[in-house]
Amino acid sequence: MSVEARDVAPAATYKETFHLGRYIRSNTTQLGILGVFFAMWTFFILAAPQTFLSPQIYLAFMGTIPFFAIVAMPLTLAVIAGEMDLSFSSIMAIGTVAFIAAFQATGNMWLGLAAGLTAGFLAGLLNGLIVVYIGIPSLVVTIGTQYLWRGAVLLLVGGKGSTLVDARGTFLYTALVGKIGEYLPLQMVWLVIIAIATWVFLNRHRIGAHIYLIGDNEKTSRLMGINVDRTRILVFCLVGVASAFAGILASLHVSFFWPSLGEGYLLKTLAAVFLGGTSVFGGTGTILGTFIGAFIIGAIEAAIVAIGLTGFWTQFIYGLIIIVSVSMHAILRKRMG
Amino acid sequence: MDAECRLELRKISKRFGEVHALQNVDFQLGRNEVVGLLGDNGAGKSTLIKIVTGYHQPTEGEILFEGKKIENLTVPLARELGVETVYQERALAELQTLWRNIFLGRELSGRLGFLRVHDMKQETHRLMVESMGFSSAAVIPESIIRTFSGGEKQGVAIVRALYFDADIIVLDEPTMGLSLKETRRLLDFVRSIKAAGKSAIFIDHNVFHVYDVADRVVVLDRGRAAGEFRVKDITLDDLMDKMYQIAETGSFD
Repeated sequence: MSVEARDVAPAATYKETFHLGRYIRSNTTQLGILGVFFAMWTFFILAAPQTFLSPQIYLAFMGTIPFFAIVAMPLTLAVIAGEMDLSFSSIMAIGTVAFIAAFQATGNMWLGLAAGLTAGFLAGLLNGLIVVYIGIPSLVVTIGTQYLWRGAVLLLVGGKGSTLVDARGTFLYTALVGKIGEYLPLQMVWLVIIAIATWVFLNRHRIGAHIYLIGDNEKTSRLMGINVDRTRILVFCLVGVASAFAGILASLHVSFFWPSLGEGYLLKTLAAVFLGGTSVFGGTGTILGTFIGAFIIGAIEAAIVAIGLTGFWTQFIYGLIIIVSVSMHAILRKRMG
Repeated sequence: MDAECRLELRKISKRFGEVHALQNVDFQLGRNEVVGLLGDNGAGKSTLIKIVTGYHQPTEGEILFEGKKIENLTVPLARELGVETVYQERALAELQTLWRNIFLGRELSGRLGFLRVHDMKQETHRLMVESMGFSSAAVIPESIIRTFSGGEKQGVAIVRALYFDADIIVLDEPTMGLSLKETRRLLDFVRSIKAAGKSAIFIDHNVFHVYDVADRVVVLDRGRAAGEFRVKDITLDDLMDKMYQIAETGSFD
C-alpha cells in the first residue's frame, strides 16, 4: 500500500488456471440451471417417451421458443440493472402494428421492419424517460405502458386481426421465419445471434459492465462517474426493439396478426429470466441462464400436454417457477453474507 | 496563490432545498500538501469533498484546478483532472469481481467500447501482489468483493485510487471500521502520498490521525469554514481545545 510500489519490478504474469472447485463456486447459478435442465429433460423423456424421443418436438421448440426467448435476452439486462419491464408484451403488438401499417402503405417489407423496430425503440425510450426523469419505479411505469400500448393497438386496429399472407414468399419473410433445409426454423438462428450479441454486449462491453454495476450498487456507480441514467434508458430501448422484432417474427410465422399478440408471452418471458438465475434484486444474472431457462419454460407447456395433464396447469406451473426461482435466489444471497 | 494551488474553491455554497450544507467556503489545496478536514457531524465535510469529486454541483461559487476555472464539474471530469477518491462508503460493487471493481467506471476498453478484459485482470493481479499485499492464493482477480474483510475492501478502494495516477487523493473517513494495524498502514499510506509529490484531502473524526499526517488542518463548522492551522504551528492539545471551542461557540475567540 504505497505510492512508489508501482516502480517495483513487474510481478509474475497472472495465469488463468482452471480450478474445478473455484469454477463450481463462481458458476453455481449457471451449473444449477444446467442441472435443472437435464433433470427435467430426463423426467420428460421418462414421462412421455413418444413425444420427447422424437426429433419433431425439438424442431417445434425451435420454431416457437424464440418468440419469447428473443425478448428475454434484453429483459435479462434490464433485470440485472435492477429494473423491470412488463410492457414488452404490448410493445410486441404495437411494433407489429407499425410494421403492418408501413408494409401495407408502401408494399416494402424492409420499410415495414424499420417502422416496427422504430416503434419498439420509441416505446422503450418512453419507459426509460419516465423511469429516469420522473423517477417512478419501472415496475409501475411499465404496468401503465403495458395497458397504454395494448389499448393503442386495439384502437388502431379496431380490435380486429389482419392477415399477413402478402408477406409470404418475400425475401425478408424467408430470412426471418423461413426454414433451413426444410427443418431448422430461421427464428432459432435469430435467437442464437441475438443471444451471442447480448452476451458480448453484457460481458465484453463497457455499457454491459455498467449494467452489472448499476444493478449491484447505484450509489457507487454514481460516485464513480458512471452515467446511470443513460445506461438505464438504453436498456429499456433494447427491450423495446427486441419486443417489436419478436412480435413481427411471431406474426409472420402464423401469417396473421392478433391484437392480443404478446399476452401469452408475458409470464413465459419473465419465468425464463428468473428461472435462468437472474437476481430480482439486480447485479447478477447470465445470458446462458436465460437461454436455458427459456427452453425449460418452452418445454414445460408441451410436456404438460404430452404427460396427459390439461393445459390449465401451465399458468399454475409458470407462476410456481417464478416464485420458487426468485425465492431460491434470495435465500442463496442471504447465505452469502 | 493561483498557480501554487492544485485546487481552489472560492465562495462555495451548497443548498439542499432549505438546508444550507455549505456557506461561502474558501478552500485551497497546495501542491504536495496533505490537508486535514475536521468538523463535527453535519459540518459539511462530506458535501465539500463531494463537490471536489464532481458528485455534487455547488449552488454558488467557483472551482479552480491548477488555477483554471472549471465549469460543470462532473465525476468523470474530476477523475480526468486527477482526482481519485476513497469514499467512506468505499464505493465498491460487492457482487462483482475484484478486477471489475478496480476499473469501476474507468474500464480499459478499445475502440467502440469493447473491454480489454485480459489486460484488466493482469493489471489487477499486479496491483494485488505489489500494492495490496494479497499474496494468498485464495484471492484472485475473479474473486467476488463481498467475501473480503473490511481492511481488504479498504485496500481495494485505495489501490484503485492510486492506479489512475491521481494528483489529488481524497480520503473520506478512511479509518472507519479498520483495525489498529490496518489504521497504521493507512496513515503510512497517506504519508507516502506526500512523499510521492501528490496532494491529499484527508477527512477523519479522529483528531489524532489528522494531526499525525496533515500539513494543514481546515475546520468546518455548520457549513462554514471556521478556521485553519498549520500543524507545525500548533500543538495537538491546542488543536483539541480549539475544536471543542468551535463545537460549542462556533468561533475561535
